[in-house]
Amino acid sequence: MSKQTIIELRKIAKHYMMGSEGFYALDGIDLDIYLNDYIAIVGSSGSGKSTLMNLLGCLDYPTAGEYKLKGTDVATLDENALAGIRNLEIGFIFQNFNLLPRATALQNVMQPLVYRGMALAERKQRAQDALAMVGLQDRMTHVPNQLSGGQRQRVAIARALVTQPAILLADEPTGNLDSSTTIEIMALFDKLHSDGQTLIVVTHEKEIAERCHRVITLKDGRLMSDNANQVPVKPLISGIATHV
Amino acid sequence: MSNLKFKLVEGTRSAALSIFAHGFRSFLTTLGIIIGVASVIAVVSVVQGFSANISQQFDGMGTNVINVESYTPRKERLQGVRAKLTYDDYLQIKYRVPGVSDVTPTVRMWGSNAMITYRGQSSSSMIVGTASTYQKLNTVYPERGRFFNLSDDKSRRRVAVLGSSIMSKLDIKGDPIGQHVAVSGEWFKVIGIAEKRGKLFGFDQDDFILLPFSTTRALLGGAEEPDITISLQVDDPSQLVQVKQHIKNLLRRNHKLDKDADDDFEIATADQMLDTFDQIIGSTTLVLGGIVGISLLVGGIGIMNIMLVSVTERTREIGIQKALGATRFDILLQFLIEAVFLCLLGGLIGLILGFGAGSLISNVTGLPSASVPMWAIVLSFGFSAGIGLIFGIIPAAKAANLDPIDALRYE
Repeated sequence: MSKQTIIELRKIAKHYMMGSEGFYALDGIDLDIYLNDYIAIVGSSGSGKSTLMNLLGCLDYPTAGEYKLKGTDVATLDENALAGIRNLEIGFIFQNFNLLPRATALQNVMQPLVYRGMALAERKQRAQDALAMVGLQDRMTHVPNQLSGGQRQRVAIARALVTQPAILLADEPTGNLDSSTTIEIMALFDKLHSDGQTLIVVTHEKEIAERCHRVITLKDGRLMSDNANQVPVKPLISGIATHV
Repeated sequence: MSNLKFKLVEGTRSAALSIFAHGFRSFLTTLGIIIGVASVIAVVSVVQGFSANISQQFDGMGTNVINVESYTPRKERLQGVRAKLTYDDYLQIKYRVPGVSDVTPTVRMWGSNAMITYRGQSSSSMIVGTASTYQKLNTVYPERGRFFNLSDDKSRRRVAVLGSSIMSKLDIKGDPIGQHVAVSGEWFKVIGIAEKRGKLFGFDQDDFILLPFSTTRALLGGAEEPDITISLQVDDPSQLVQVKQHIKNLLRRNHKLDKDADDDFEIATADQMLDTFDQIIGSTTLVLGGIVGISLLVGGIGIMNIMLVSVTERTREIGIQKALGATRFDILLQFLIEAVFLCLLGGLIGLILGFGAGSLISNVTGLPSASVPMWAIVLSFGFSAGIGLIFGIIPAAKAANLDPIDALRYE
């Protein structure tokens, strides 16, 4: 069975000017991402992980190259169209959760659906379902600072999932969490993957990367390796706890 | 539901959330608008209440009433020259101007005020000598007793009609009709009490005594011819201009004025007086409106300032919203609605406070009761919303133009 391609990157480059000197944060990246991929993007600081993440998330434009998301060349789209793509196709999960501080868990999860023009009742229903899926059905009216770190990240995951995006982009999703919560969140990712979700996780934690099925390594803006992970996933859950 | 309508509804919902989340700060932000609108409404309500009251009084006079008064230019007055309208002028107008009726002479005796006494109580009040037709032209009707009639005037009877305030000033108990009061030492029998008219600018309009004109003239003796005011009614309003011209020619001839000399009298109609008054009220409203307009402007700048701070403070939030799919327009609309919402809220609070202040001022100073015309309400809200739009656009544009990556990284 041939795999369905969701993302195609061809010779993607991102060039920045630092004062009078220019440098390439990404330099000729070729990458294909398939449906139900479970990818870890790893690399040292300054390797271009975040830049790649921003490009994949349609938050930024490449300086050169071609980026096709489900067949659409997003590098040529205008800002409004990109906002639409972000809303429809991409779910973001951030290291520091990035929840709206004054909004309740439910309102946070409903927020992306507002930009889709969905009516209040339907928004509410979908957000409740998404929160129930991450096990927070009894925390819906809590604002972020009434929730623990793990709960906040789960709200963020519910918010990312509520739009049923093509890909879930997680940027250091467990960076601010303790080890037991990390296991919880990664187990949730495993479940999402087994349900058919495509996940891309940017991380510098080896243990997290090892749980993913494919590990992409970046160095100085170039793709160093793209390997399938041979290690079975399940036994690693306890392994993470010991490593972290 | 159309897309824009949906965005407006959602924008309003999020603006309300944000405003009420920082209740006290929102209140302080909008304080400038509150004070601005409150002052507009307070001023307008007092001026309008006053104006409505005056118009009502003028209405009573009818549009075809003419008043003739003596007029001395200020320069000549300083030199001691005093123009006068005399009893003879009155007779000339009464008998030689066709198409007029109820020609009424009025004289203020003993300067403006004189002493009235009753059983040891005394009061300084305005004394007016006039004819029986006065009540028709000035709509002064007796509440008790009667007004003096032609026969009182002809026989120079010593009778008086009192303004209602005199009763309390002189402490007259029981039925005042038939009692006697002394006006500058002369005794008069009270035959009527005039209807109450209330206060105007703190001036008591019921502090007067009306005496028959001929009695007053007789009491003054031949010592000095008093300056009188002549009021009359034009039978056919379409003849108003001609009648005025006729009176003018007659008085100029009677006063032996040279061809190029200015009139030493003024002929005014109730309409003219009302027009002049309206002009004064209009320009007063305009000037005060301008001043409070400036305070609204200052309020607007305050709102812009806080909104700019708020955009900086919420940079990360804006980044999150953009990552979730908000377009520039979504963000622009959200902040714009928030600014307009704040201003309208301020406008509403200001409106309530302003009306309260206006009523309070009217009650304390004895001015007529405050009334807020619809245009003032619409204008205040419109102006508030306009200020929100104008001063909200810069912060909103700043928010909308934020780069999502920079905004997400903002600490």
